[in-house]
Amino acid sequence: MASRLKPCFDSLRAQQRTALIPFITAGDPKPEITVPMMHAMVDAGVDVIELGVPFSDPMADGPVIQKASERALELHTSLHDVIGMVKEFRKINNNTPVILMGYLNPVEIMGYESFAKQAAEAGVDGVLTVDLPPEEATGVIEIFRNNNLDPVFLIAPTTTDDRMKKICSVASGFVYYVSLKGVTGAANLDIQGVADKVQQIRRHTDLPVGVGFGIKDAEIAAGVGAVSDAVVVGSALVKKFEEFTDSPDKIQKEVVAILSSMRTALDADVKKTGTK
Amino acid sequence: MSQKPAFDFSHYDLPDTNGHFGPYGGLFVSETLMAALEELREAYEHYLKDPAFIKELDDTLAHYVGRPSPMYHAERWSRELGGAQIYLKREDLNHTGAHKINNTVGQALLARYMGKKRVIAETGAGQHGVASATVAARFGMECVVYMGAEDIQRQASNVFRMKLLGAKVVPVTSGSKTLKDALNEAMRDWVTNVDSTFYIIGTVAGPHPYPAMVRDFQAVIGREAKEQCMQQVGRLPDALVACVGGGSNAIGLFYPFLADKDVAIYGVEASGYGIESGKHAATLCAGKPGVLHGNRTYLIEDKDGQIIETHSISAGLDYPGVGPEHAWLKDTERATYVPISDDEALDAFHALTRIEGIIPALESSHALAYAKKLAPTMNKDQVIVVNLSGRGDKDIHTVAAREGITL
Repeated sequence: MASRLKPCFDSLRAQQRTALIPFITAGDPKPEITVPMMHAMVDAGVDVIELGVPFSDPMADGPVIQKASERALELHTSLHDVIGMVKEFRKINNNTPVILMGYLNPVEIMGYESFAKQAAEAGVDGVLTVDLPPEEATGVIEIFRNNNLDPVFLIAPTTTDDRMKKICSVASGFVYYVSLKGVTGAANLDIQGVADKVQQIRRHTDLPVGVGFGIKDAEIAAGVGAVSDAVVVGSALVKKFEEFTDSPDKIQKEVVAILSSMRTALDADVKKTGTK
Repeated sequence: MSQKPAFDFSHYDLPDTNGHFGPYGGLFVSETLMAALEELREAYEHYLKDPAFIKELDDTLAHYVGRPSPMYHAERWSRELGGAQIYLKREDLNHTGAHKINNTVGQALLARYMGKKRVIAETGAGQHGVASATVAARFGMECVVYMGAEDIQRQASNVFRMKLLGAKVVPVTSGSKTLKDALNEAMRDWVTNVDSTFYIIGTVAGPHPYPAMVRDFQAVIGREAKEQCMQQVGRLPDALVACVGGGSNAIGLFYPFLADKDVAIYGVEASGYGIESGKHAATLCAGKPGVLHGNRTYLIEDKDGQIIETHSISAGLDYPGVGPEHAWLKDTERATYVPISDDEALDAFHALTRIEGIIPALESSHALAYAKKLAPTMNKDQVIVVNLSGRGDKDIHTVAAREGITL
């Protein structure tokens, strides 16, 4: 079936709402936790789920998400397993878009055609391979598209206007603006700077613009949400997986609490301004 | 790869403009690094054609590093082996004791021309870290070296050396706590401090332009070897032998000879306790293509595409990837890659020490061990050039420990 991303963002746009997108690493700390967590996050009001595929060498991530990968890999959570989790999730939820986010090598080993076919059949909607820039993605993008998978790409604070144009021309679903120089989970977000960049990106595309890296709490989420179409929250959630590794119930409770507060803050912003 | 790709080496001009050697190499990094790599590529292409830069580089290589390094005819050892004549390219006689400095001098100079005041590096055994800290001291730059916590334990004297040189050594506790994790951590630093910082990669791996740039800085080895061979022997050698971890000393020797089709080329990988034991670092001999650390190349990985920990007695060869140009030389069969075990390397380590009075690095001992096998299969008037990439003083504790000797 077609990707769920476009209908999801169209509907949010009509309601003038900002998408809330959580990132968690699949299989962290145990594989059986992931699918119930996905359902709980949907109940807490998220719009899209970004599921991290564990990798041994996550170069673009900070220590929090690297450790999540390490925990998941202790029990050998593979790309194949992650696709299986999406399939399981779809037994109950056929509505919430799911994006796989990870590194290229596990996909390369599985084979691009085989991966795209299996992921699409399981109900995956988009794929963000962090270490695959558009220059190296020729051929891969077509395979994803042919299987109704949206190729999602990153744009960084250092991305030139020319590259922005190139990235926007091959992306679909949404584009993901990395709001900080640095790795995931870093500090010091400048919201006016983000707003300016999002405006610059919008000159190149009508695709929704999501913003991630550095969304730590409800206040920052609301600030960023006021100037973008989606906020992605990762490290702030994944920290809870580290803190309460031995207590899955506690992880779920904490994650739901963070997401609920962000949801409330994002929706309050809509009521306040009435428009975006 | 099942079929050998046809390729003409007589006009070798790889990589292409995007950094590809056939299907290998390229630029597989997060968007957060693209601008920095583009800036680096432009600077590298510009300054390597700038006479002022080249002159300063050549002067530094001559008077600070001590180039040209000698080419030494290991006559006694050759006679004992009873075959080809073995010549050693003496990179062990460079300042800091290995080939690594050829590259760090080049990159630090480039950093200075680019106006960067801070350099960072990753290191496994500590050799590249020491070479980076050395040039940072020489050029008055701040230097941060990332090193796996495990490696810091194993290489205490190199850690102290770096500190003496004024570098800050940061322990990396993630993943396997070794070289690949140090590389990940250095990349993270670079992403965060990209405006002020130059990342000195120590080998011919990583995203474009590193594999080409590091090769170009190391190619001085092969250019000198070619000239010295012509002077001393009167013709080109019959075979080249060098050890391959990431592969920078090897490509440095091989590159100027790629178009000389009668020169056989052998890259020697570390098979540790044996490839069948699973404890090895023989990436080209036993790995398969994948994507890691910014380039497509051969990797040691599991069935799910996760990178596996490697083993070699030589820390400098203990890396799960390999330079993409070597991957291409393997597939096209321009070079042959062969495994040498820990024990074979140790045996050659002792042989060269006792017979020629040269203590070789354990890395280089792998190349020597293959030359020891190869020489007796060749005639006495044939010539093998072995890259003696580093000296072995740093390894005496490892050798002693392996042989149950307490110092």
